Amino acid sequence: MNAFAGSIDRPNSYIGRSVSRPNAKRLLEGRGRYVTDLVLPRMLHAAFVRSPYAHGRLVSIDIEEAKALSGVRAVFTGEDLASICAPWTGTLEHFNNMKSPPQVPLPLEKVMWSGQPVVLIVADSRAIAEDAAELVIVDIEELPALADPVEAMSAEAMSQELADNICFATKLDSGGVEEAFDAADTTVGQSFIFGRHTAVTLEPRAIVADYDPSENRLTAHHATQTPYQFQDVYSRHYGIPEANVRVIAPDIGGSFGMKLHVYHEEMAVVGASILLGRPIKYVADRMESFVSDIHARDHRVTGRLALDRDGRITAMDVDDVTAIGAFSSYPRTSAVEGNQVIRLMGAPYDFSSYRANLSVVFQNKVQTSQYRAVGHPIACAVTECLVDAAARELGLDPFEIRERNLIPDNSYPRTSPTGYQFEKLSHQVCLARLKSIMNYDDLLAEQADLRVKGVLRGIGIALFVEITNPSPAFYGVGGARISAQDGAILKLTPSGEVHCSISVTEQGQGTETIIGQIVADQLGIDREKVRVMTGDTDTTPHGGATWACRGAGIGGETALQAARKLKANLLAVAGLILQAQPGELDIRADWIVEAVTGQQRISLAEVARIAFFRSDTLPPETQAQLSVVHHYAPQGYPFAFTNGAQGCLVEVDAETGFVKILKHWVVEDCGRIINPLLVDEQVRGGVVQGLGAAFFEECLYNEDGQLTNGSLADYLVPMACEMPDIEISHVETPTRDTELGAKGCGEAGTAAASAAAMNAVNDALVGHGAVLTQIPMTPTRILRALGTI
Amino acid sequence: MSGKVAISLTVNGETIEALVAPRTTLADFLRQDIQLTGTHTGCEMGVCGACLVLLDDRPVHACLMFAVQADGCAVETIEGLTHRRAIDDLQKVFHERNALQCGFCTPGMLVSAYGILASGGEPDRDGIRDALSGNYCRCTGYEAIVDAIEMTARQRRQHREEEA
Amino acid sequence: MKARAFDYMRPKCVQEALEAFASADGDASYIAGGQSLVPALALRLQAPGLLIDIARLDELRGLSIVDGHLRIGATTRHCEILGSNLVREHAPLLAKAAPFVAHPAIRNKGTFGGSLALADPASEFPAMALALDAIIEIASVEGSRRVGAGDFFIDLYETALQPGEIITAVHVPVATVKTRTAFDELARRRGDYAIVGAGIDAQMQGGFVERMRIAFLSVGPTPVRVSAVEAALTGRQLTPEAIRQAQDVLGTELDPAGDEHTPPKMRRHLARVLLGRLLGRLEANV
Repeated sequence: MNAFAGSIDRPNSYIGRSVSRPNAKRLLEGRGRYVTDLVLPRMLHAAFVRSPYAHGRLVSIDIEEAKALSGVRAVFTGEDLASICAPWTGTLEHFNNMKSPPQVPLPLEKVMWSGQPVVLIVADSRAIAEDAAELVIVDIEELPALADPVEAMSAEAMSQELADNICFATKLDSGGVEEAFDAADTTVGQSFIFGRHTAVTLEPRAIVADYDPSENRLTAHHATQTPYQFQDVYSRHYGIPEANVRVIAPDIGGSFGMKLHVYHEEMAVVGASILLGRPIKYVADRMESFVSDIHARDHRVTGRLALDRDGRITAMDVDDVTAIGAFSSYPRTSAVEGNQVIRLMGAPYDFSSYRANLSVVFQNKVQTSQYRAVGHPIACAVTECLVDAAARELGLDPFEIRERNLIPDNSYPRTSPTGYQFEKLSHQVCLARLKSIMNYDDLLAEQADLRVKGVLRGIGIALFVEITNPSPAFYGVGGARISAQDGAILKLTPSGEVHCSISVTEQGQGTETIIGQIVADQLGIDREKVRVMTGDTDTTPHGGATWACRGAGIGGETALQAARKLKANLLAVAGLILQAQPGELDIRADWIVEAVTGQQRISLAEVARIAFFRSDTLPPETQAQLSVVHHYAPQGYPFAFTNGAQGCLVEVDAETGFVKILKHWVVEDCGRIINPLLVDEQVRGGVVQGLGAAFFEECLYNEDGQLTNGSLADYLVPMACEMPDIEISHVETPTRDTELGAKGCGEAGTAAASAAAMNAVNDALVGHGAVLTQIPMTPTRILRALGTI
Repeated sequence: MSGKVAISLTVNGETIEALVAPRTTLADFLRQDIQLTGTHTGCEMGVCGACLVLLDDRPVHACLMFAVQADGCAVETIEGLTHRRAIDDLQKVFHERNALQCGFCTPGMLVSAYGILASGGEPDRDGIRDALSGNYCRCTGYEAIVDAIEMTARQRRQHREEEA
Repeated sequence: MKARAFDYMRPKCVQEALEAFASADGDASYIAGGQSLVPALALRLQAPGLLIDIARLDELRGLSIVDGHLRIGATTRHCEILGSNLVREHAPLLAKAAPFVAHPAIRNKGTFGGSLALADPASEFPAMALALDAIIEIASVEGSRRVGAGDFFIDLYETALQPGEIITAVHVPVATVKTRTAFDELARRRGDYAIVGAGIDAQMQGGFVERMRIAFLSVGPTPVRVSAVEAALTGRQLTPEAIRQAQDVLGTELDPAGDEHTPPKMRRHLARVLLGRLLGRLEANV
């Protein structure tokens, strides 16, 4: 197994090679086909009237004037859609006692956050729909808004269906924590605040729902990562047989986890298409995105570490309160982030006593849920900042304290005190590599020189563990109809090319490219001859699609096994044609060859021609199997954990609080690398999202639960000028659970970037009496920490 | 009020005569009226840069003007730049360097890059980053885009030197 | 985000534009570059019944030297200010501020006159017009008038412009051999509206300040001249002591408001830091 290393020079060996993405060419020429571009015959456009209040009771809705406007085709309110749509509830069974109020497309009695859609207008154009939205009169009796999570924990329940505002609470306790803290030589503790932020995909959410009553058939062109999940949701909640629901996800303008949740608007638009029997398009505008896309993070964490006199960690104790908005999102819930926060704490380190409290709390804000690197940045920042605090306390270098505490690379498999099973990680190698690529000693010398001149440079590092390749332990065991397996169909064309349709999906990370590489590699054909298609429930097998870094590891293994299956079939046919044993043949460079000598016998195209058009020349009873279907579900470890280390170099202007990020480094181990170019760019993109969180991004709310910076001019996303160059290095520890050995890499960058940045800023401020434990680290917060303002 | 207005402009070198509602932005006109969907809208308020087009050969936001204002002007979009092969080199380097992921920002990035390189200079990395200050990309982290523009500028200079 | 419906016209001369506005019963808006107006329309924060497009009027164009002043036609685009040798030579403060105005594509469309007419207190050019003691030339159906920048900015988005009036040009006194200028701003990201920014236009002789005008942006409802600071520095050398005293005076003179990102205290502090840095640059003549 895992026999890829060193084979990179054989013909058609694509696994491990940096190749460009065939499907990127159309995007470069403006020929992308996004849902936002789509126009269908008789298509109408949707706009929503939204609640101006964070919490309120619906008194009345007057839609008459809006309905009368020329060009308006329908106006829908809560009852219209609730009558045809089964409500949904965002809970998972394996989260004990988790609760959330049921949700319907448009509210019936109460509005629960500012920006919640209340009325749906369907018109000939989006502009007319917006004109009509201005004519709707919604009378809402405003109720006190619960904006603060700590207050919400003890306040009266805001949903009449629930007894309180706690969505989910859990504790982990390995035992021995109190004793370890009592016996500790050193303890450090800090309180952290992680601001709310949001995905800000450049293409907003978009759907064209097209219901055909003649066949009771729904086609949803939906900008989503997970078409199969939505096929299931639309089918069950609107009572349409699953086979009659087709979800097509074409080119998607960014997703990052945000586009796999069920949103009220999309559900309403599907319902409206059913009621009208016409295609309806809804594209969230950017202002709508800010108040209706899921947000993420919003955690308040207190953490403590106990250490012995040698600087070895003996115990960790954390408490996480996270606020998730008015509902737990569906079908993945809003509790997964908190759950991962408390389970990833301390993950790189060798200690056994751990205790954690998690409280997941409702409040009157838009819901939070899974967004890139779910929980990882929080667990990483808390752990790594505490480790740095301990290092400062003990007078140890940040590398030194980590070297003393890492789980040794030769001690796997291991189970963490939080219950995660690690197959094999490479922290020691990664940390050493990081030190070397950073030229750490030179950085320290430079830092000291500059400090004399009053220039505050800071160097921060952070280690991380990432969850990838999730098994059904993630969602399936909780009762969610979210698949952990994938399926692929490989078809030989009569010209000897291969068509692959597969259930993992593409949002620009290069899924189709790596699947093409794997199929070509395994079949021994030129990758130009492999056509990969994704994102259509009618033409691809049902599968998990793309989330939680599963595309390469699970989708890739699916493709690998499917290709081997097709290869066996092709060699069988070739054997019949050539009157040779299939086992003595191979495919190389599009030819059937003698396996031992490599001598070309017959081209694959010729095999295809004979099999498709001259089956009469094959032996009787032969049925050449020129297409294969194959499914693969992960087995073995419940997750394939990856790991790595990041470094960040910053310069802090202590007068202004402004931070210049000078450089960032990443060492990461995602197992078998299929395409280094694509992995590097995934990591870079991930780092920048983490740096955005560290320095810029935050959804700011006032006490009335109003988002005060909900526009792209006011919500600060990271831009080119403020972001550094990022150097990347790889360690490869393939998982032995699969032939391919690949794990995920999409969240690695985000997982530790903000932690490294936080440690860098705090390193710069050493001696100034300031420690930052809140992100984003804005100039105002830095100057406050310094006592300047 | 708001009757449609007759306009005449060239888009990608072709003369277009159209009746437009004054409130139709140039971005919506390009995307919906003449189906040039390579121009994307990400914010509709001039912040994200996805809708950049060339107006009389200078990058502008197609969401920050109405189609009626483009009457008599020359507009060029990603489709036109591609068709007249004005950015072949940029597109090739972007492809090889993987300077795009989801591709939604890419047409705007290429229009900005066209503007950066139009002066014929060879901007440094900071200069390129500065010139991209109005182009938002959520996927790449920008470095590959900066690399690609830097490399194209270098290639163009070498090309000019070889010709000289 | 689609604008409400409106009518559109493109007059052939300023007079026609003024008359069109006059006959629109107040329900009209001029549009030049439109880089601020169009988003406001898209967000339906404004919804005039008629847009009068003045972007192409020849009378409003051009950069020239007239009577010891640099005349900047109102529809001169930011990119033209940025690229103009005339501006660099005769109004170096504008040349220094221009790269900070928004982003390249905005600068390709936004106009100098439009920026002044909008009078966004966070914009660079209104504040620099104030620092340069520019004269704003205004046309109305009654004729033409001139208003000094000091009298032009009245309150948040409120100027001396009466409804229907059009800025036709801005006249900036040309720089002399004694002129020293400095501009900088502190913005979270390149091209963002600054948390605070300032420009200084000074006449220096033998290291002494003969005359100094300092204008801040983003510290109040209008661009803000800090005359007490100017007075405190006039006649002096820019010694560290003088700079510190000027910073102290600034602390008493500014009363900035906060926003969701920045409390007033922060803004006041940054203004003080920025003033110190700019005066230091003037002293070093960089």
